[in-house]
Amino acid sequence: MDLDPNLRNVLYLAAAVLFMFGIKGLTHPRTAVRGNMLGALGMLTAIVVTLIDKQMLGWGWIIGGLALGSGVGAYVAIKIQMTGMPQLVALYNGFGGIASALVAGAVLHGWIHGAAQDSLSIFEFIGREGQNPTQAVVATMASGLIGGITFSGSVLAFAKLQQLISGNPITNPLLKIANGLCTVGAIGVAIMLFMHPEQVGWYWALVVLSLFVGVFLVLPIGGADMPVVITLLNSYSGIAAAATGFVLNNTVLIIAGSLVGASGLILTKVMCVAMNRSLTNVLFGVMAEVGVGPSSDEIYAGKVKAASPDEVAMLFDTARKVLIVPGYGMAAAQAQHVVRDLASLLESRGVEVEYGIHPVAGRMPGHMNVLLAEADVPYDQLKEMDEVNATMEQVDVVLVIGANDTVNPSAQEDPTSPIAGMPIIDVGKARTVVVVKRSLSPGFAGIPNPLFAANNTLMMFGDGKKAVLELIAALKAG
Amino acid sequence: MELFVLLLTIFVLAVFVGFEVITKVPPTLHTPLMSGSNAISGITVVGALIAAGSGQTTLVSILGFIAVVFAMVNVVGGFMVTHRMLAMFRRKG
Repeated sequence: MDLDPNLRNVLYLAAAVLFMFGIKGLTHPRTAVRGNMLGALGMLTAIVVTLIDKQMLGWGWIIGGLALGSGVGAYVAIKIQMTGMPQLVALYNGFGGIASALVAGAVLHGWIHGAAQDSLSIFEFIGREGQNPTQAVVATMASGLIGGITFSGSVLAFAKLQQLISGNPITNPLLKIANGLCTVGAIGVAIMLFMHPEQVGWYWALVVLSLFVGVFLVLPIGGADMPVVITLLNSYSGIAAAATGFVLNNTVLIIAGSLVGASGLILTKVMCVAMNRSLTNVLFGVMAEVGVGPSSDEIYAGKVKAASPDEVAMLFDTARKVLIVPGYGMAAAQAQHVVRDLASLLESRGVEVEYGIHPVAGRMPGHMNVLLAEADVPYDQLKEMDEVNATMEQVDVVLVIGANDTVNPSAQEDPTSPIAGMPIIDVGKARTVVVVKRSLSPGFAGIPNPLFAANNTLMMFGDGKKAVLELIAALKAG
Repeated sequence: MELFVLLLTIFVLAVFVGFEVITKVPPTLHTPLMSGSNAISGITVVGALIAAGSGQTTLVSILGFIAVVFAMVNVVGGFMVTHRMLAMFRRKG
């Protein structure tokens, strides 16, 4: 059956409105589950409208594809661990990108086939289909280019996060040359495609070159900058979908794609601000000018005070307000559940407990919040950096666990530091700071942390989970 | 007004609405926002279905089929994993 085009577009509009309400629901944890459902309902609407609208012929392909994709997606969504969310999101970004590139390619093949059958030029054929040929061809180019970059870049980001390959930045002058050649090649091929869209080989050459560009884009980016890469590729996957919308003159693709594109861009900006890096710096693997800072020996010598669990327990006994500052190291040590137990124990004794979350505390925006929510930490205890900094003077004990660079005062005090200007959780202003850490080894930025040598800091050396367990035992005994 | 200009208008306005709505999402929910918007970018499944079902040539059908698979992994996986995360936030609070 063929739907009336107006009815079809109204139904697509309904789907787009559901997406908007879906994202609006995400503005509060209470409404978020319903928001996500509304988004899913929007997607279902769009799929059903598409299936009943067109004279579908290849039902085998359609049902097979829907079943296979849904099965794989559901399986992974159920199995994935919360620590693995960044990898998963990275991979899904790529899937969205390649799907858009394949759709644009399929549509181009269809146009070429149709034009040949009716002995028309491809431009005449596209025009007869009610499309603007220039728009259609340019949008096809954009889908192939952005979709290809998104796919290979995302797969590489996935491999780095999953530690299938080293997470270290890979920089080599040869890579820059190769990247330049691929970019120039992609532009050349895109121009050829624009002039000869009937030669489909140009399209696939463009996709292949884009795959290379995507690889070269992500190779020089190191582990600490991965959040920026994921958010940026998230944005690209949306833009690729919007471009495909311009290929098909399909409004719901354009609206949904631009929503995702905007979302990814906003989060990219949030991440860059939280690291005080410009997007260009992140993308080209440029670290800030590194001054010759004080060595770790100068900073730490004779000033670091180690404390036993019993001594720390005595601190907590007299505390009225405790702030926990977690970093990715806490998740890596799987310590979030015991940290929650410690917080519950303190609360049962009338201590006020909050968590201070730095925007780049996890491997993607909001990752730490998800990890703590999984450990049953109530979301209203999760406070943003600015909020906890404002009341830091009233905190009796700060427990830093698995965090390092995000609490390094050099960022604020030493203008020559590689992380100078990065906003930090200013734990030094609290009465006492307890840092749980294996050793004095540096974090991602590779610099010593004067916080560890501060007068009001006590170091509790050891594995995060074991240290917190010992602390709980000491508190219960005391 | 030519159709292209109309579509461009829709695109630009949707970007602005997107910016307005998304800046209000709190950092606590940024990971679900990413996985959820990821699922929404699977909307390209609409184009994939049209290609897979067009019956033009076998090649077009196969390309459409592969695109449907990728996009549906994105859609179903994205919405389900987002639901899993959001349910953890809802449990208490």
